[in-house]
Amino acid sequence: MRNQYQERSTVIRIIFLTVGLIFIVRLAFMQVFDGEYRRLADNQALRPITQYPGRGLIYDRNGELLVYNEAVYDLMVIPKMVKNLDTNLFCNVVGITRDEFLTRMKKAKKYSTYAASIFMKQVSKEEYGAWQNHLYKFHGFYVQQRTLRVYDKPIAAHVLGYVGEVNQSDLDNDKYYKQGDYIGKSGLEKSYEEVLRGIKGKHIMHVDVHNREIGHYMNGALDTMAIEGGNLYTTLDAELQEYAEGIMANKRGCIVAIEPATGEVLAMVSAPGYDPNLLVGRVRGKNYLKLDSDENKPMLNRALIGQYPPGSIFKVAQAMIALDLGVITPQTGFVCDKSLVGCHNHPSARSVQEAIKMSCNPYFYQVYRRIIQQGKYKNIYKDAQYGLTVWHDYMLRFGFGQKLPIDLPRGGMSSGNIPDTAFYNNKRWYGRDKWAFSTIYSNSIGQGEVTVVPLQMANLACIVANRGYYITPHLVRYFGPDSTKNEEYYEKHETGIKPAYFEIAVNGMYDVVHGAGGTAHKANIPDIDVCGKTGTAQNSGDDHSVFISFAPKNNPKIAVAVYVENARGGGGTWAAPIASLVIEKYIRGEVTRKDFERMYREAAPCQKIKKKK
Amino acid sequence: MQTKIDWVTVLLYAVILIFGWLNIYAACYDEAHAAVFDFSTLHGKEMMWIGASLVIALIITLIDPHIFSSTAYLIYFAVIGLLILTLFIGDTTNGGTSWIKIGSFKFQASEFAKFATALALAKYMSTLDLDYKQIRTKIIAWAIILFPAGIIILQHDTGSALVFASFLLPLYREGMSAKILVIGLVAVVLFVLALLMEKIWVIAIIGGLALIALFYLFVWLNKRTMKHYIWVTALFLICTAYVFSVDLAFEKVLQPHQRERIDVLLGKADKETSKTGTGYNVYQSKLAIGSGGLIGKGFLNGTITKADFVPEQETDFIFCTVGEEWGFVGSTLLILAYIALLLRLVRLAERQYSKFSRFYGYSVAGILFIHILINIGMVLGLLPVIGIPLPFFSYGGSSLMAFTILLFIFLRQDQERTNLI
Repeated sequence: MRNQYQERSTVIRIIFLTVGLIFIVRLAFMQVFDGEYRRLADNQALRPITQYPGRGLIYDRNGELLVYNEAVYDLMVIPKMVKNLDTNLFCNVVGITRDEFLTRMKKAKKYSTYAASIFMKQVSKEEYGAWQNHLYKFHGFYVQQRTLRVYDKPIAAHVLGYVGEVNQSDLDNDKYYKQGDYIGKSGLEKSYEEVLRGIKGKHIMHVDVHNREIGHYMNGALDTMAIEGGNLYTTLDAELQEYAEGIMANKRGCIVAIEPATGEVLAMVSAPGYDPNLLVGRVRGKNYLKLDSDENKPMLNRALIGQYPPGSIFKVAQAMIALDLGVITPQTGFVCDKSLVGCHNHPSARSVQEAIKMSCNPYFYQVYRRIIQQGKYKNIYKDAQYGLTVWHDYMLRFGFGQKLPIDLPRGGMSSGNIPDTAFYNNKRWYGRDKWAFSTIYSNSIGQGEVTVVPLQMANLACIVANRGYYITPHLVRYFGPDSTKNEEYYEKHETGIKPAYFEIAVNGMYDVVHGAGGTAHKANIPDIDVCGKTGTAQNSGDDHSVFISFAPKNNPKIAVAVYVENARGGGGTWAAPIASLVIEKYIRGEVTRKDFERMYREAAPCQKIKKKK
Repeated sequence: MQTKIDWVTVLLYAVILIFGWLNIYAACYDEAHAAVFDFSTLHGKEMMWIGASLVIALIITLIDPHIFSSTAYLIYFAVIGLLILTLFIGDTTNGGTSWIKIGSFKFQASEFAKFATALALAKYMSTLDLDYKQIRTKIIAWAIILFPAGIIILQHDTGSALVFASFLLPLYREGMSAKILVIGLVAVVLFVLALLMEKIWVIAIIGGLALIALFYLFVWLNKRTMKHYIWVTALFLICTAYVFSVDLAFEKVLQPHQRERIDVLLGKADKETSKTGTGYNVYQSKLAIGSGGLIGKGFLNGTITKADFVPEQETDFIFCTVGEEWGFVGSTLLILAYIALLLRLVRLAERQYSKFSRFYGYSVAGILFIHILINIGMVLGLLPVIGIPLPFFSYGGSSLMAFTILLFIFLRQDQERTNLI
C-alpha cells in the first residue's frame, strides 16, 4: 500500500479550519459588532403604527353629549418603499390627478424618504372601504385611523373651541406631539388638551415584502395600547345655550349666564357665531379663512375678549364701594344736577336704592367724587391719588381689571381696564399731579377710561346675587377618567363689603325691573322676581345696549349679562328683554311670552359694521 | 471484518439535517400550514425527502461495498447519459436547463453527477501501477472531471459546474503538484486586485515582488545563474499580461449578470444595484443575518426571512434563517458542525487501506467543502452569488439524496475498510 503525501492532510485540515474561522469572524462583525443591520432590517420589516386614542367626549351639565368622535383614515406614504407603482390605477382609486399625485409625493419626500408622512388626510370610512381592495398593490402606502370631532347640535362653538394640526411651536413645546397630530387650538379643547388627548399607543406590525401586514411583531409583546382621552362634564346647559344663541342669531353681542352660587357658566354666547362642524376635517382650512376674514369676527368670543365701557351698570359697584368706605350712607341723597353731567328726566334720588333704580348720573358723579376726593390730603392731586388707589383696590375685588381665571385659554381673554394712579401718572396720559376728580369723573358712570369684559359684568351680577362674593366662573365641573371634581374653581372670592349694603343694591335692581320709574320694565317676567341694571355704553358707533340681572331675587338661580352692540336704544330696549327671555327659559324651562319672544328673536337692531378698506 | 459505521459522522449528519429542516420550517412558516406533516408545504415535502434519504442511506449500508468500485464507470456513464438527456428534454427554468420533469416530480441529474464523478475518478486514480507523472494519466483524469462539468455548463448551471473544482482536493492529496493551487490562488488575487485598483499599481506591486525575489536569489541564495533571472522576468511579464487581460476577460467571458454580481461584491456597483438590483439578494441576506445579533430573534421570529424578503430562502439562502433566528451562536455552531464533519471525513479518509476509498473520501470532503465555502461565503457577502445548495441543509430532494448517497457510500466503505484492500 502506498501512502505518500500523507502530510498533505494537515494542509487540507488547515484550509478547512481557516475557512471556518473566516466565516465566524465575519459573522461576529455582522451580528455582534455592527448594529446597523438590525436598524435597517427593522426599518424594512417592521412598521410602527401609532394608535390614536379617541379624544375625550364633552357633555353638558345634564349629561347631554355635545362633542364626540368619528373615525376617518389618513393615507400614509413611505416614499422609499414606493416601488413599481401603477400611478394611473392609484390616481383612479384615490381620486386625484397625476399632477396632484406628483405634488403630494414631492411634499412627502421633502419631509422624509424613510419615515411615513400623510399623503392624504381624513378619508371617510366609505371612501376607505372602496380603496381596500386595491391598497395592497400600492407598495409604500398604508392607512392609519384617526378621529374627527362631531357636533350634533351646532352650538357653543366659542366655548368648545376647535382642534387642528400641531404647528412647529407645539412640536417644540411638547415632545408628545408628532407631525400631523391634532391639538386643541382654542376653547375647552385647548385648555383641557391634556385631559382630552389621552395617551397614544403604538403597534409594531410585521410587514412582508409585498407591503402586507402579516401580524403583530412578536405577537404584540412590544405593542402599547392607546389610552382614551378623558371626558369633560361641563357646566353648560345645552338647551339654554341653544336658546340664547337662537335669540342672538341676527344680532351682534354676547350673553353670559352663570349660576351665582357655584360660578358655573350656564351659557356663553358670542354673536355672530359659527357652526363648530365647519372647523372639522378637510373643510377646515377653507372655512377658517372665510370666518377669519368676516368683518363681524364670528370666531372671536366677545364674552371674554370684548372690552366695552360698562355704562350705568357700573353704578352698582360704585355705590357698594362708597357705602363701605362710609363716604355716603344708604340714605344719602343728591340733587339731579344736569350741569355736572347729563341725565334723563327723573325726580332726584333720595337714597342709594332710588339712585340705582333711576340710574341718576349726577348722583353717581357725587358718589365718585366722595370716593376719589376723600379729603385725606390737602393737596388735591395727592388726595385724588389716594382716593383712586382705594377705589382701584375695591374694583379688583369685584373681579374687574384682571383676567378672571375661567378655565378657557388665557390668550383669548381681555382684562378690561380699571385705571390706577400709574395709569394717569403716565406722561402719555395726564402725568403726575396733572389729574384729579375733575379730570376723571367720567369713570363714575362707567365711561371714561373704564372698560370691562362681559364675563366680568355677569360676575358683577353674581356678586350682587350672592350679596358680596363670587365663585370663579368656570365651564367644567368634572373631568377625566375618574370624573375628578374641578375643585380649584369652587373657591369663594369675597369683596369684603357687608351683605347689608348689597341688600340695598338688590332692592335697587329689583326696582329697576319692577318699580315705578325703573329703567327695565321689559325685563319683567310674570311670577319671577327679576333684579337687573341697565346700561348704555357710549362708543364710536351707536350705543351698546347693556343689561345685567339675576333671578329670583331670593336664592338666585341664574345671573345674566347681555351686551347688544351698536343697538339704537338703551339697555332697557334690547339687552333687558333678551336677558329676561334667557332667565325665563332657564327657570321655567320654557318661555310663556311667545309674542314677546318672537319680537326679540326676529329683531336685528345692530348697526352694520362698515367694511374696512 | 466488518466494523461499526462511523457514528460521529452519522450524528453530525443527523444534527445538520434536523437543524436544516427546522430552518426550512421557519423559512416557509405560515400559521395556516403549521402542521409538520403537511405535504403541500415545503417543510412537509422536505420531511418526505429526508425519509427517502434515510431509506437510501440504509440500503447503502446493506449492500456489498465492492460494488461501488466495480460499477463506478457504469454509474458514471449512466449519469453522463442523464445529463445529456437533460439537455434535450430538460425543463428550462431561470435560464437553466437542469431539471428532468416526470409528472410532478423534478430530478436534477447534475446533483448525482458529483458522486458519480467521484466514483469514476477514484476508480481511475486507484488503477494499479498508474503513473501519475504521465501526460496521458493527467489527460484522462481531467477528462473524467471536465466531461460532466462541460455538459453542466451547457445547461447554464455554472454554479454546479464550479463544484467539480473540488476534485483538486483529492488530487492534491494524492500528489498533484501544489503549484497548480498556488497559481490558481495568485490568479484569483490578481483578478480581484486588477478589478479594484488601477492597473499600474497592481503591476507596481508585482514588479516590487519580482525585485524582492531577484534580490533574495542574488544575495542570500547566491544562485546567479541566468535560468533564475529568466524565470523571474518571465513570471513578471506573464502576470502583467494577465492583469491587462483581466478587463477583457471580465467583459467578454463573463455574462452581464455575473459581472454585476462581482461588482456588487467588490463594492463597485451603485447603491441602487447593490440594494434593489442584482445585489438585492445579498443585501437582504446580510440584513437578515446581521440583524440576528448574538442570540438571534428566536425560532419563527425572523422579521426578514419570515416576510419573504430573501428570495430562494429555503434553498440557496437558507443560512439567512439561521443567522436571523439563531444569531451568532446558532450560526457559529452550524459552521463548527460543518468543519467538524469535514475534519472527520479527512480522518476517515486517512484510515482507509484502499486507495479507491481514500480518494473517494477526499472527494466527498472536497465536494462538501466547496458547497459550504461558496454557499456561506455568498450569503455573508464574501463571494459572488453562485447558486449552489448548502449540503444536508437547503431544501431540495435531488440535492439531499445525492449528498446522502455521496456520504454514505464512503461511510459504507469505511465500515468495511479492512475488507477493501
